[in-house]
Amino acid sequence: MRIAVCIKQVPDAEGRLQVAADGKWIDEDEIKFVINESDQYALEEALTLTEAHGGEVVVFSLGPDRVQDALRKALALGAKRAVHLADSAFHGGDAHATARALAAAIRSEEFDLVLTGAQSDDAGYGATGSMLAGLLGWPHAWLVMGLEVDEGGGSAKVTREMESGMNEFFRLQLPAVIEVQAGLNHPRYASLKGIMQAKRKPVDRPTPADLGLVADEVGMAGSRLEIVDVAFPDSGVGAQIFEGDPATAAKALIEKLRNEARVL
Amino acid sequence: MAKSIWIVMQQREGKLHRMSREAIAAGQQLAAMVGGTASAVLIAGDDALAAEVAAYELEAVKVAASPALVDYTPGAFVGALGSAIAAERPDYVLFPHTYQSVDFVPRLSQEVGAALVPETISFEMVGDEVIWKRPILGGKLQSRVRVKGEGTVFATLQSGAFPVDSAAAATTPAAVQAMALGDLVADREILGVEQAGDDEVDLTKADIIVGVGRGVGGPDKLGPLEELAERLGADIGASRPVIDNGWLPRDRQIGSSGQTVAPKLYLAVGISGAIQHQVGMKGSSCVVAINKDKSAPIFGISQYGLVGDLHELVPALNAALAESE
Ligand SMILES: Cc1cc2nc3c(=O)[nH]c(=O)nc-3n(C[C@H](O)[C@H](O)[C@H](O)COP(=O)(O)OP(=O)(O)OC[C@H]3O[C@@H](n4cnc5c(N)ncnc54)[C@H](O)[C@@H]3O)c2cc1C
Ligand SMILES: Nc1ncnc2c1ncn2[C@@H]1O[C@H](COP(=O)(O)O)[C@@H](O)[C@H]1O
Repeated sequence: MRIAVCIKQVPDAEGRLQVAADGKWIDEDEIKFVINESDQYALEEALTLTEAHGGEVVVFSLGPDRVQDALRKALALGAKRAVHLADSAFHGGDAHATARALAAAIRSEEFDLVLTGAQSDDAGYGATGSMLAGLLGWPHAWLVMGLEVDEGGGSAKVTREMESGMNEFFRLQLPAVIEVQAGLNHPRYASLKGIMQAKRKPVDRPTPADLGLVADEVGMAGSRLEIVDVAFPDSGVGAQIFEGDPATAAKALIEKLRNEARVL
Repeated sequence: MAKSIWIVMQQREGKLHRMSREAIAAGQQLAAMVGGTASAVLIAGDDALAAEVAAYELEAVKVAASPALVDYTPGAFVGALGSAIAAERPDYVLFPHTYQSVDFVPRLSQEVGAALVPETISFEMVGDEVIWKRPILGGKLQSRVRVKGEGTVFATLQSGAFPVDSAAAATTPAAVQAMALGDLVADREILGVEQAGDDEVDLTKADIIVGVGRGVGGPDKLGPLEELAERLGADIGASRPVIDNGWLPRDRQIGSSGQTVAPKLYLAVGISGAIQHQVGMKGSSCVVAINKDKSAPIFGISQYGLVGDLHELVPALNAALAESE
């Protein structure tokens, strides 16, 4: 099986966020970046599948130069090759524009399956994978918690998460785009050997023209959505905060829970 | 020209999803704002359900009725809505932001060439354009977006963002119309539905819950939280990453994919307060947040908060409780 996995590099959930000077995104200077959480599970699933069925995994990522770190990490984990859509014409796109670029890159090879994460932890469109499937003309499933490729590889049994702790099951024809939800497996750690090997694995950097795209179909120019500004939510009245050292704050809180809220 | 707004209902076995009513409220609001009319689209509903929707103030209720639409598949839903949207070109189409919508709406938007604003929490008119607000970075920030270019705009509407109560009832019921349907091809062979976890722990009846978040840092750090739960007579619940990482079993998960709880006291420890977690616990009478980041969204829905390192604060709470016992 040849499997394409789309991974996005996103700000670390732990990082302190600040609004950038132009007010349109966060300040990226001081923060750490990681592979998007659900994409880590997508990559693990792809690696496990190729271990069981044979084949190889190719990772695709669209983003600036820093994205190389994410791709190297994926190569260290076991991906065979990487494709980096690094050209600045690709950047700043909405889900439609990003899907268009990824679809063109994926279409220039043959794959049996494309795996993506269910949702990016920064933009959070929850849409790129399904749009990609539409562009490829393949079936798709969003929020997948289980994937079993049938004997022969022509179809797969999919478990999809529903609201309130239920799962639904169905069978899909392959090739398909599967949008993986966090939690469906246990992502591995990179080995030292893997990290060494990753240094020699190829990373392609096609331009829009290489993929038969014109620059204004992708990136910001190819997007229908444009960010006006970003801001911290106005959290309203908000919580009553107890200051001071931990012991004092803890005592004050317990006192309020007993005598004001009366919940203890 | 008057704008046309469609509001796509989600239903299951003849019952409207709560968020379908929220979507009606939002659609009416948008119609008033941009100057236009709102119609509901009902997929595979019976007459009783159509009449229920028609009781809201709407231009029409468009019913897409076909045996191929009874069981949800994205192929059939995209086929049904896609041909109707291509033929009638509504200006806006609103959907509840449910797991079902997120499965098929992006694909539908791609097929009909509509712009998509996912997870809208509000919209406003600025000059003569609609500006949409949506959460980014797990709800830690919000972005306002505008839509460029011509053509239909889709938006999915986040749970709880548009109160059901504000949906206006009709004086005379809206007209119910059958929708013309294109080719409906199921692209999934449906096999069944099942409970996800073991479902051994029922948190819905708990009086007090200690909610454990990723900020706790690992399964070896749970001790002081377990002690806190014991001192309070509380049950332990968790956010999704805690479960995904295997620190606690899946039947402890609270949120849109887990249990919906409403205890009298909920202590959110090391939980940022993403919407998918909030929908599972915001019915709690009293919420206390313990977090080192004072801009974490959880503080916005909490009555009380402690800002600092939970590894110091939780033991301090245990000591304070021990002292006052
Ligand atoms: C379709 C879908 C369904 C989902 N369903 C659910 C669901 O059912 N339930 C759910 O919970 N989530 C769900 N999620 C995930 C959700 O979006 C969030 O990612 C998740 O709730 C975040 O969990 P968290 O708050 O524990 O982690 P984070 O967002 O990483 O927050 C950790 C918090 O801990 C704080 N912290 C870190 N260290 C310390 C310390 N030493 N002391 C004090 N504070 C500290 C940080 O400041 C931060 O606020 C779902 C997501 C999707 C896309
Ligand atoms: N810039 C990108 N590069 C690679 N994959 C991406 C990119 N943006 C989105 N994706 C993929 O699409 C999924 C959904 O992203 P989103 O639609 O932004 O929520 C992610 O989990 C990734 O797998």
